[in-house]
Amino acid sequence: MEASSLSAIWLTLKLASLVTVLLLLVGTPIAWWLSRTRSRWKGPVGAVVALPLVLPPTVLGFYLLLLMGPHGPVGKITQALGWGVLPFSFTGLVIASVFYSLPFVVQPIQNAFEAMGERPLEVAASLRASPWDAFFTIALPLARPGFVTAAILGFAHTIGEFGVVLMIGGNIPGKTQVLSVRIYDYVEAMEYGQAHILAGGMVIFSFLVLLALYGSRNRRGWSR
Amino acid sequence: MIEANFHLDYSGFSLNVELHLPEKGVTALFGHSGSGKTTLLRCVAGLDRAPKGRLVVAGDIWQDEAQGIFLPTHKRPLGLVFQEASLFPHLSVRKNLEYGMRRSGNKTGEGFDASIALLGIGPLLDRAPDSLSGGERQRVAVARALLTRPRLLLMDEPLAALDLKRKQEILPYLEKLREELDIPVFYVSHAPDEVARLADHLVLLENGQVVASGPLMETLARADLPPAFTDDAGIVLEATVTAHDPDGLTRLEFPGGHLYVSYRDKPLGSRLRCRIHASDVSLALTAHGDSSILNTLPATVQTVVATDTPGHVLAQLALHDGTLLLARITERSRLALGITPGVAVVAQVKSVALLA
Repeated sequence: MEASSLSAIWLTLKLASLVTVLLLLVGTPIAWWLSRTRSRWKGPVGAVVALPLVLPPTVLGFYLLLLMGPHGPVGKITQALGWGVLPFSFTGLVIASVFYSLPFVVQPIQNAFEAMGERPLEVAASLRASPWDAFFTIALPLARPGFVTAAILGFAHTIGEFGVVLMIGGNIPGKTQVLSVRIYDYVEAMEYGQAHILAGGMVIFSFLVLLALYGSRNRRGWSR
Repeated sequence: MIEANFHLDYSGFSLNVELHLPEKGVTALFGHSGSGKTTLLRCVAGLDRAPKGRLVVAGDIWQDEAQGIFLPTHKRPLGLVFQEASLFPHLSVRKNLEYGMRRSGNKTGEGFDASIALLGIGPLLDRAPDSLSGGERQRVAVARALLTRPRLLLMDEPLAALDLKRKQEILPYLEKLREELDIPVFYVSHAPDEVARLADHLVLLENGQVVASGPLMETLARADLPPAFTDDAGIVLEATVTAHDPDGLTRLEFPGGHLYVSYRDKPLGSRLRCRIHASDVSLALTAHGDSSILNTLPATVQTVVATDTPGHVLAQLALHDGTLLLARITERSRLALGITPGVAVVAQVKSVALLA
């Protein structure tokens, strides 16, 4: 395997791990709010979160590029703060990936919170648990399967992204060149052997991830 | 006195209650589905908030909208048992019990052993809630609520999700609870037998309104309740076992007379609650020696009212000591026998339901 392949793999894993952690932190409150609110904003917010499911990644990447670019509102702020511009940097890639994979994390967690219903929290309240206490000691443990699914999907989906990365991060080896883009480069250069190593590896990896996901669902009765 | 006033409007349902309830014993909140009994309980628990409400328990104000006071559920010293098993599935029985205990400041585990013994759940402590039967789960849920040392115990149809066998298994525990607990219990139910067996005080609800509130036996004997309650009409009385006859009958005595029931394995002198359904009482003008009905009680007719069933009326009778009975007879018999207030009759009791 070539060094550029290895660095692409490393970068991809780093990106996916960081994005997954961020997504769980950002996605949990959104999922909680969506599962509990009776606000009229529930529909619009849910739709915005789900947008990446239907939008071509290039569309998302395009607007993020404009937003974070030197003339975009976010770009102006980051420049004013002395952070430079985000596109074509690893940070830019992380931010874009968080948006791109958000629905894959929010929806399983939201479903788990909704399936749990109000009852466990009402019981906790009757046992003197404050809302925060009940959230951490009851809601989170009961929604655990949702979190496992969310983390796996978020991680795997981030690893598999291509369009957004290309739009926002370009193709800078060692900095923003992730696995999927590396494969694309190999194919363009007709280096099918190298492409096979990475592409085949991805197939096996993805299969194992999904196997772990579905296998664990069958084994573990989380009603217990 | 517990003062509970709630006024709330949902679309299609409104609750308007003003109650003064005793601070000890079991108060049954009884009504058909949609009567508002569960909503009332949820308001007491603070799970629902009535926009106009005032709730005072043992001198403490839990809610007074006029003063802008509303204690959230977790700040109210209450215990709550829901209809379905509500144990936390990710915690063992012991951890479930400890959950509320620790949070209510019961650090020393005061009453732990007593509650476990009272509900017979000692052998279950290290099990997962999943592996328990429905009845066992409810017993754990009751113990868990008691361990928070509540000042008021709320139970929302705790037996409704159980089959008859499980109900029979858990009822004795609830009865023991009634005897040993010195805090008030609000017990929501739509099962007349449960109410007759467990309650001391009865609140009847219909369409979000209180139609009656009073001591159990007195209230059950009322003839002026809305027709919806006459179907299950029947009185409850407390009797003492005074004899076991060799022919398989047990003699029960109460201030108004005595009754024979099939043999009951209870020591002489023990107290039993029994329920006499209005439909199990027929009336005669004179005491016949030639009837197969064993239990006959001389009585005077108090009132006669219409029922929900066409052609039937409900007669309220007073025994010599003032104990009230209800009898359901046809309008035709009423006319034929000339049953009107003041007439002396003989109540023939076809069957007596023993409640313990």
